[in-house]
Amino acid sequence: MSHVGAAAVIQGSYLVTAFLFIMGLKRMSSPVTARSGIVWAGAGMVVATLATFFFPEMHNYPLMLAAMVIGGAIAWISGRRVAMTAMPQMIALYNGMGGGAAASIAAIELYRGGEATLSGAALAVVGGIIGAVSFSGSLIAFSKLQGLIQRSLRFTGQQVVNLLIAAATLVAGVLIVAQVDATASVVTALFVLALVLGITMTLPIGGADMPVVISLYNALTGLAVAFEGFVLGNAAMIIAGTVVGSAGTLLTQLMAKAMNRSLGNVLFSGFGETAAAGTATVTGSLKPIEAQDAGVMLAFAQSVIVVPGYGMAVAQAQHKIWELCQLLIDRGVRVRFAIHPVAGRMPGHMNVLLAEAGVPYDLIADLDEINAEFENADVALIIGANDVVNPVARTDRGSPIYGMPILNADKARNVIVIKRGQGAGFSGIENALFYLDNTRMLYGDAQSMGSALIAAVKSV
Amino acid sequence: MTGIIALYIFMLAAFTGYEVIGRVPVILHTPLMSGSNFVHGIVLVGAMVALGAASTPLEKAIGFVGVLLAAGNAVGGYAVTERMLQMFKSSKAAAASKGGDAPKAGEPPKGGDAPSKGSH
Repeated sequence: MSHVGAAAVIQGSYLVTAFLFIMGLKRMSSPVTARSGIVWAGAGMVVATLATFFFPEMHNYPLMLAAMVIGGAIAWISGRRVAMTAMPQMIALYNGMGGGAAASIAAIELYRGGEATLSGAALAVVGGIIGAVSFSGSLIAFSKLQGLIQRSLRFTGQQVVNLLIAAATLVAGVLIVAQVDATASVVTALFVLALVLGITMTLPIGGADMPVVISLYNALTGLAVAFEGFVLGNAAMIIAGTVVGSAGTLLTQLMAKAMNRSLGNVLFSGFGETAAAGTATVTGSLKPIEAQDAGVMLAFAQSVIVVPGYGMAVAQAQHKIWELCQLLIDRGVRVRFAIHPVAGRMPGHMNVLLAEAGVPYDLIADLDEINAEFENADVALIIGANDVVNPVARTDRGSPIYGMPILNADKARNVIVIKRGQGAGFSGIENALFYLDNTRMLYGDAQSMGSALIAAVKSV
Repeated sequence: MTGIIALYIFMLAAFTGYEVIGRVPVILHTPLMSGSNFVHGIVLVGAMVALGAASTPLEKAIGFVGVLLAAGNAVGGYAVTERMLQMFKSSKAAAASKGGDAPKAGEPPKGGDAPSKGSH
């Protein structure tokens, strides 16, 4: 194939890819079409990858294929095997790989020193920094959620140190762009500094805030890919990277809002693990209930709203709970699931976990849809959720979670809380809901209590 | 591609990304983030071009790592997104058939594994 012909084929293929990516993302934003969306996007990736093999004057094909097979095989196997509860850290890991790839492209361009234009060099440097930060930062996020790093490293003056590293990174970048000192050692220093920055930026952030950070790094990787696309003159990379950059930024904002946190707050303070215990004093007492009585209450209800939390997923109880709900539905009870935006470890994570158990998505309602319905519900069944149903968020200005949108489970006629023990929630705040007159505590882990409730309903 | 055209592409793509995601329900946030994570796996084509042009051992080594990471991003992103999305079913679909609800497009689930198929 001639060079002109090959170029036309490649450009045409990239155009098709851009179309398939955008249509794929569009379809992924509705549950009805979501499944076909990823297939569309996948087809786009195949088209672009195959077309790229026709790129003129390329070498190192054996090396290329080996890298693809190794990287692809490892990712495919790990992606097929990972548990649904571990999905957030897996996304972080794949995202970090993308950032690392963008940084690698920048590194090759900069070591070669072939950037003819100032803007080309600047984009290569900025994309390289962002990619490297996203790479090392995502690896830290993965390690934290996976439990490989248990505590958050914090010391006084930490932000000053981070700022100094960031400044040094920028200086190295400017030196390279301005061609003042573009030797290999400066390029090396640039990438080492950017990698260190990603680590030190992410280490102090608490586990609860990690989803927002992962989403942010996802957007950053998109941006890095777009910048390297400019450097290579590759339209597919520019379009796909920019679309992900802007979509990812919006998604990050939506997540931060759902968690009642601003992005600045997430990045520069340490709420995630060190929140002060609430100041409010809770009055009343915890009133336990037996599974048998709770089962009867559920069986004779007209409307039940289930509020699942991450505790349910950890206990792998979603299958049992769905079995219970199916029994109730067969008895004519109206059952729905109410999902708080941050139930699970990431907005939407709980929906995935429920879907895994076979719960149809039209029985699942989010906060805005369901909150008005609690008043008409006979029973709100809380399983492993805590802070997201704490009415203190509406009433107590002194509470760290004040202002966070919550599910109004306290408005239901009866509340049953399945809980392992009497400890406070993730944020360490007492839950006023548990002390209400219409609340009953069912102590035990979600799995065995689910079985007990099933037995109780069957015996009615 | 001239600079100004590239800037136009950048601007329009940014708006597109924002609009496409704009009204997405919370229930799809995790799969969507995973899906957009897959889309930036397009960095694979850039890594391929960079490795294809590499001449020194250092460049080749970095290019190799770049392609490996990019392939991991694309393939892994596809694998987990597809797994999550295939679990989403409506009551009707769940009642009508257990598992008979095939995806619309004729792409096999392994479609994201293109890199290893491109050996020609």
